[in-house]
Amino acid sequence: MSGPRRVHDMGGLAAGPVDRQEHAHEPWEKRVDAIRMLCGKRNLLRTDEMRRNIEDLGPGVYDALSYYERWCASITNVLLQKNVITVDELGRKMAEVERRWTEARKP
Amino acid sequence: MKIRFAVGEAVRVRRAFPPGHVRTPYFIRGRSGVVDEIAGAYHNPEELAYGRYDCPALPLYRVRFSQADLWPDYDGPVGDTAIVDIYEHWLEPAEGGQQ
Amino acid sequence: MTADTHSHDGHGHDHDHARTFQPDVEESPFGQYQVMAQALGELLIEKGVITADELRAQIEWLDSRSPADGAVLIARAWTDPDFKKLLLEDVNAAAESIGLSAGDIPIRAIENTPSVHNVIVCTLCSCYPRALLGLPPDWYKSREYRSRTVREPRAILAEFGTVVPAGIEVRVHDSTADLRYLVLPMRPAGSEGMDTAALEALVTRDCMIGVSLPRAPRS
Repeated sequence: MSGPRRVHDMGGLAAGPVDRQEHAHEPWEKRVDAIRMLCGKRNLLRTDEMRRNIEDLGPGVYDALSYYERWCASITNVLLQKNVITVDELGRKMAEVERRWTEARKP
Repeated sequence: MKIRFAVGEAVRVRRAFPPGHVRTPYFIRGRSGVVDEIAGAYHNPEELAYGRYDCPALPLYRVRFSQADLWPDYDGPVGDTAIVDIYEHWLEPAEGGQQ
Repeated sequence: MTADTHSHDGHGHDHDHARTFQPDVEESPFGQYQVMAQALGELLIEKGVITADELRAQIEWLDSRSPADGAVLIARAWTDPDFKKLLLEDVNAAAESIGLSAGDIPIRAIENTPSVHNVIVCTLCSCYPRALLGLPPDWYKSREYRSRTVREPRAILAEFGTVVPAGIEVRVHDSTADLRYLVLPMRPAGSEGMDTAALEALVTRDCMIGVSLPRAPRS
C-alpha cells in the first residue's frame, strides 16, 4: 500500500543546489513569530496546530508563499477558527492599516 | 508507562498514509531500522494539531536507518545512517531483515 | 483584450468587444501578509489577548538570540569534561547551570567523533534550536536543504565546502518531534592553550548545524 506524499513532507525528493544567500528578517516576520510565541503562552495556539494549517495550505500555495507568509496565513486561520478574532474585525483592521500606511507615504 | 520497544531492537515504520497532520516522514514509511534511543514521552502531535491538548503522552524513539536501505541509489559509504524521531504508535516489530 | 473583427452583416458599427477586466485584487503597494501581521498584532492588543509591551519584549527576545550562546556551550564542553557530560545529558540544564537560557523546548547535543560526523535537518518544517542559535538561515528552511540532506548529505556538505572522508560515518538527524538538535563538533587541532573567548570564536553557527566544521585556529 502506498499513498500520496503531502507537499510539506519533502525528505528525499530531488531538488537543486542550496542557495546560501541569507536575508535579514523583516520586522513583520519577527512580529509574526512573536505573535505565535505569545499565543502559545496563552494556550490559544500550539505549534502543532500552526504546522497543520501550514500543511493544509496545500501544494501551489505552500511553495508560492514565503516561510513567514505561511506562518501568518496559518496563525490567522487558527485564530479565526477559534473565534479569537473574527473575519469582520480582521478585514476592517487590515483596511485601516492599509489606509494608514498609504497616508504615511504621501509627501 | 509501558515502553514497547528496547534500544537495539529492530523496528519497522508502519506502512500507512493518512491525510492530516503526521510527523512520521514519508521517506521512512514501511522502512526498518533499529531503536537508537528512547527519547522520553511526549504528547501526540496528531492530536495536538486538532486542538486535543489533553491527549496522552506517547513514547518517542530515535530510530536509526541505514542510508543504503533507504535509498536504492545512495551515493555514499555503507556506514552512513539517518536517525528519525518517531512516536511509538508508528512502529511495529521488524520481522527478521530489512524491507 | 482584443478588438473583435467579425463582420456584422450590415450593422455597420465598429465596436470593441473587449470586456472590461476587473482584477480580483486591487493593486496594493503593501504585502498582504505584512498588512495582515500588523493588523493581527493590533487586534490582539486591542482585545487584551496580548499587550504591546509583551509583543515588544518577545521581539526583543528573538533579536537577542544568536549563535553566541551555542558557541559558549561548545567551547566550555571542549575545556571542561564534567560540563561536556552534562551538556550531552541535558543541554537545557547545562545552559542554565552557567546562567544561559536554552528555552523550554528540549535541546539535545549530538557529539561529533573521529568516526561519526553529524548533520541536522528538519524535513517536515524547519525545527531549529533557536534559543541557542537564533533564527535559522533561509537555506535551512529551503526546499533544497529539507529535501536533499536526508538523501545525499555528503553532496550537501560538499556544497558547504565540507568533505567528510569515506571512513567516517555521516549521520543525518531529522528533527521530526519534540527535540531540537545541536551538533557538538570536535575541538579543532591546534586549539590547545587558547582562551575561552578565542575558542568561542572558532564555533560557527554552521558547525553547530553540522554542515561545516569549526574554524581552524590561526597558526
